[in-house]
Amino acid sequence: MNHLPIAPILLPLIAGSVLLLSTRWPATARHAFSLAAVVAQLAVAITLLVTVTDGPIRVYALGGWAPPFGIVLVVDRLAAALLVLTAIVACASLLYAVARDTEAAAPRFHALFQFQLLGIQGAFLTGDLFNLFVFFEVLLIASYALLLHGLAADRVRAALHVVVLNLIGSALFLLGVALIYGVAGTLNFADLARVIPALTSADAPLARIGALLLLVVFALKSALLPLGFWLPRAYGAAAAAVAALFAVLTKVGVYAVLRVYPLVFGPQAGELANVAEPWLLPLALATLAFGALGVLAARSLRLAAGWVVLYSVGSLLVAVALFSADGYAAAIYYTVHSTLASAALFLVVDLVAADRTTAGDRLDAADAMPHGALLGSFFFFTAVAVAGVPPLSGFVGKVLILDAAGAHPAAALIWSSLLVAALVVIVAFARAGSAVFWRTVPAPAGAPAPPRPSLAALAAPAAILGCVAALVIWGGSATAFAQAAARDLDNPAGYIEAVLGGDHAQPDDRRRLR
Amino acid sequence: MEALFAIAIGTLTSCAVYLLLRARTFPVLLGLTLLSYAVNLFLFASGRLVVASAPLTDQGIEHFPDPLPQALVLTAIVIGFGMTALLVVLALRAIHATGGDHVDGGER
Repeated sequence: MNHLPIAPILLPLIAGSVLLLSTRWPATARHAFSLAAVVAQLAVAITLLVTVTDGPIRVYALGGWAPPFGIVLVVDRLAAALLVLTAIVACASLLYAVARDTEAAAPRFHALFQFQLLGIQGAFLTGDLFNLFVFFEVLLIASYALLLHGLAADRVRAALHVVVLNLIGSALFLLGVALIYGVAGTLNFADLARVIPALTSADAPLARIGALLLLVVFALKSALLPLGFWLPRAYGAAAAAVAALFAVLTKVGVYAVLRVYPLVFGPQAGELANVAEPWLLPLALATLAFGALGVLAARSLRLAAGWVVLYSVGSLLVAVALFSADGYAAAIYYTVHSTLASAALFLVVDLVAADRTTAGDRLDAADAMPHGALLGSFFFFTAVAVAGVPPLSGFVGKVLILDAAGAHPAAALIWSSLLVAALVVIVAFARAGSAVFWRTVPAPAGAPAPPRPSLAALAAPAAILGCVAALVIWGGSATAFAQAAARDLDNPAGYIEAVLGGDHAQPDDRRRLR
Repeated sequence: MEALFAIAIGTLTSCAVYLLLRARTFPVLLGLTLLSYAVNLFLFASGRLVVASAPLTDQGIEHFPDPLPQALVLTAIVIGFGMTALLVVLALRAIHATGGDHVDGGER
């Protein structure tokens, strides 16, 4: 058996464990080791992406235990694309952390960073509900520690809310898992997809409660309204490199929705068909509107970047909530775009804040920035990407979503919400940009000028913005890939057969202990 | 026994929800602990409650509990324990950093 699919879990696990013991290494050795581990993960992710793009779905049974009894990892197009996305964002934010040397100097930063990646990549790979829970917990506990780094009062306060909310979320997750296991007798996604449609009408309501409890949990992880109020403050308080990586975290919740609902509770699921549909679209539209207003209302750039994450989650889940192949394709393309754009935004905002000695990231008049032209152009490109204006990929993503929504009964509402929200975000960024870069007062005499940001610190957001540009330049193949991945999601038969094999076509009741 | 089990889970959960809605970190912490107990019992019950039977399985025994939820509960207990420990440390840190144990930080 080819062991490559488990490498995205083992690499950060081993690297993180080594880094835990590395407190006596010189700082450069620690930085180099951590960066090498992340680059290796990028290489593995790209290899996996190449193999699944034209080949079959890859299934890895841990310990050789055949599914549905053993634990499986599944690499399909969606999972592989998100692995590559995670690795790219991780490379850039780690490079930034090392270049700025503020966060990376702390002894445990690199280990926590690797464990965070372990949780994220495990969640993308796992083929069953319980390991999704386990990897959620791994990524959460690492994210708490990363969020807390430095222990500033606002970080502690934000982290306390995040931790309590997510612990309640974990409890709900387990309740949902228990309900589904209680009626279905399995937690493997592919096996659930076969068992759920055959549920008796006595068991179906219990499974429906379980499915909706899971939706609540995924909504909390992806910061869907009304469970997203924690996000802007927490992300705004986090260190820039950490916040950039956190841009992937909300997408794990979106991924979980994309993975579970079309496959297990899709149109073929008998009494539980499309169980999430009535809830997801209104909540996603509300999140979109609320996120856009938040960007407009934010009084500092960091908070605005936090609200941008909420806004992009809203647009994404609107696409997911269409529950059609076109909608999934738009969602996948927009996931990649919006993660890159928000990660770049967090890094650029931090560079801008460091260049304004008196005002930091607040939208106040301050003395002119010494490197305003350089950072201003970075900010401009990022804002164009975030707001979804041509020529960058945000525009393509928006058009894909609008196109997919065209046939939906609520198309008018979706179109107007998306377009008005995009306009609000453009206005917000135009205002923020002019406030930060143009509304200047004379600098106080004798104040030391902040140093020019190092080349490596500039390279990190530049690399991410390069990927955003690549999404447009190779937009045809990116869209074709997203459509292929979306077709996989829309036709779960391929996934089920890849995991369980052809001879499991009918549910086998002998092993059920009911 | 099912009724007793269900009442126990319900009582634990309602106490947990009450404590979670308090404004100080310590009651919230206790609430989360109670909630995780309730959830663990619930998860355990998803393998069905069976008395006077083999723990896993045995020849000739037809009615035995599903062992898998027991493994799931063990995992959930370990994770819940780690998370609770983290939250205790965090709550203590919050008192030092913000000068109070109010969940929104500071003394209100």
